[in-house]
Amino acid sequence: MATLEINDLHVSVDAEGGPREILRGVDLTVKQGETHAIMGPNGSGKSTLAYSLAGHPKYTVTGGTVTLDGEDVLAMSVDERARAGVFLAMQYPVEVPGVSVSNFLRTSATAIRGEAPKLRTWVKEVKEAMERLHIDPSFAERNVNEGFSGGEKKRHEILQLELLKPAIAILDETDSGLDVDALRVVSEGVNRVREAGQVGTLLITHYTRILRYIKPDHVHVFAAGRIAESGGPELADKLEEEGYEEYVKGGASE
Amino acid sequence: MAETIPAGSTTDGVIQVGQPTDARVSAPASYDVADFPVPHGREEDWRFTPLERLRGLHDGTAVADGGVKVEVAAPAGVTVETVGRDDARLGKAGKPVDRVAAQAYSSFEKASVVSVPKETVLTEPVRIAVHGEGGTAFGHQVIEIGAFAEAVVVIDHTGDATVAANVEYLIGDGAKLTVVSVQDWDDTAVHVGQHTALVGRDATFKSVVVTFGGDLVRLHPRVVYGAPGGEAELYGLYFTDNGQHQEHRLFIDHDTPHCRSNVAYKGALQGAEAHAVWIGDVLIRAAAEGTDTYELNRNLVLTDGARVDSVPNLEIETGEIVGAGHASATGRFEDEQLFYLMARGIPADEARRLVVRGFFAELVQQIGLPELEERLIAKIEAELEASVG
Repeated sequence: MATLEINDLHVSVDAEGGPREILRGVDLTVKQGETHAIMGPNGSGKSTLAYSLAGHPKYTVTGGTVTLDGEDVLAMSVDERARAGVFLAMQYPVEVPGVSVSNFLRTSATAIRGEAPKLRTWVKEVKEAMERLHIDPSFAERNVNEGFSGGEKKRHEILQLELLKPAIAILDETDSGLDVDALRVVSEGVNRVREAGQVGTLLITHYTRILRYIKPDHVHVFAAGRIAESGGPELADKLEEEGYEEYVKGGASE
Repeated sequence: MAETIPAGSTTDGVIQVGQPTDARVSAPASYDVADFPVPHGREEDWRFTPLERLRGLHDGTAVADGGVKVEVAAPAGVTVETVGRDDARLGKAGKPVDRVAAQAYSSFEKASVVSVPKETVLTEPVRIAVHGEGGTAFGHQVIEIGAFAEAVVVIDHTGDATVAANVEYLIGDGAKLTVVSVQDWDDTAVHVGQHTALVGRDATFKSVVVTFGGDLVRLHPRVVYGAPGGEAELYGLYFTDNGQHQEHRLFIDHDTPHCRSNVAYKGALQGAEAHAVWIGDVLIRAAAEGTDTYELNRNLVLTDGARVDSVPNLEIETGEIVGAGHASATGRFEDEQLFYLMARGIPADEARRLVVRGFFAELVQQIGLPELEERLIAKIEAELEASVG
């Protein structure tokens, strides 16, 4: 039973004139099988939370703890976190010239699973996962994210989610920039992984639109670097009606 | 004038017209070192080279002491000779174009001539091993391929030495020559040389220049065409480490109609003070109608502190050509790329390997020599291990 526990997390970035605190005491527990939506206005620190959990070197943790099944996540390197089961679907996936998608996926799966997947079953596994996400087979031979459209990049992220089967999936604005069709395809991918019941999902989004496809168990409003309010799915409906105005008044970090 | 393309920038399709051939060299080509002034470092053709690391090859103070061993292993049917300076086969491909090449030409005592008779198709490569034993040497090598003959020649440079040596490739009509020159020197060696190919009618020349070692390596791969229908492919691969200066200055002289050339050089740089220079000059003279040429240089900077100067230059004196183009780009292995790969569970050194292997893979395949392919990949891995660890 995988559990991600975030306690009083404080995170800073280097800025002109010294470090600037972005996360100001985040408390959150995500259990296997649960889906938590984190919603908030721009600049509230949602993406910082995502990247801090994955271990991006730009962010400095200045206080608090993060554990996965009791293991200290903050003490792990980026690749160790991934192998421990933390997966971050990025808002802006990076182009990696010279590395083909198929080589990348296989290298990654080998690292995460601890052994190279058997070639025959692997080829089938990738092919089927790509079909489900409506990714053209020719993408396997293309360089990672190179020349991909916004929607293609997001589908490629969810392809990795499906293949790597993490314990904790952090989806950082996976819905941004997607048209309705692409949003449906991507959401279906996320739901397939969720339905297996093995993953705890942290769904970070600015909009409520994706919550029509991916139903959260818990909704948290993020403002000024911490969780300002938590509730059930009904909280999303309230945000849909009223927006973030109530939360940004005098409280936003920028 | 050609311009320096700083790391991170890209040029595509810049075409220069009508520039005089010799505008970029400090003196006209000559066999005699006395015809070249001692470079001071500000000349166009010397401005990237750290002269103080040439150990006197450029100013006449280097003294030959014979500390370089050359062994030639050739299959049956191939003639290997050591000849005097007056041998008629020497100097046929072209004159030295800079002072060090002229110094080598003026200073060698014996030259080596490897001849493949006409219509002989070799099934095994000719192997030339140049091993430095800490000395200084001037050398001259001629490789002559008769009409319709086919050969692969592998020249391996290892050990420590200060060497100025020129190589001439005389490729007969309809012949096919593939040459692989591997600079796998110790990190203390200095190697300067001019490799000039004279490509015969309908002949094919493939050059693969691989530079891993050396404190300073500066090579001039050059191609001239003796008759129409010639084809030249020039591939290069370099891995420039901490403190190394590796410079490749190519020149393709399209002076004959209906010839083709294709250049692809790729380099990775790692470590502070790693400096790679790539100059790609292509001249299409007025007589060279029907020319088809393309040149490409790609660099991958893996760490901070490395420097690349990449200068493609295309001069066209006739519009009656099939095609002419060039591209140069220098990219960095970014922290964000590293983060992305690591966030998928891939350890940092493996991530770097993945990117470098991918960067070179296409070129290694293009080279099309399976034996070399494996060796190159192994060598690239070893370079990565050595400098990452």
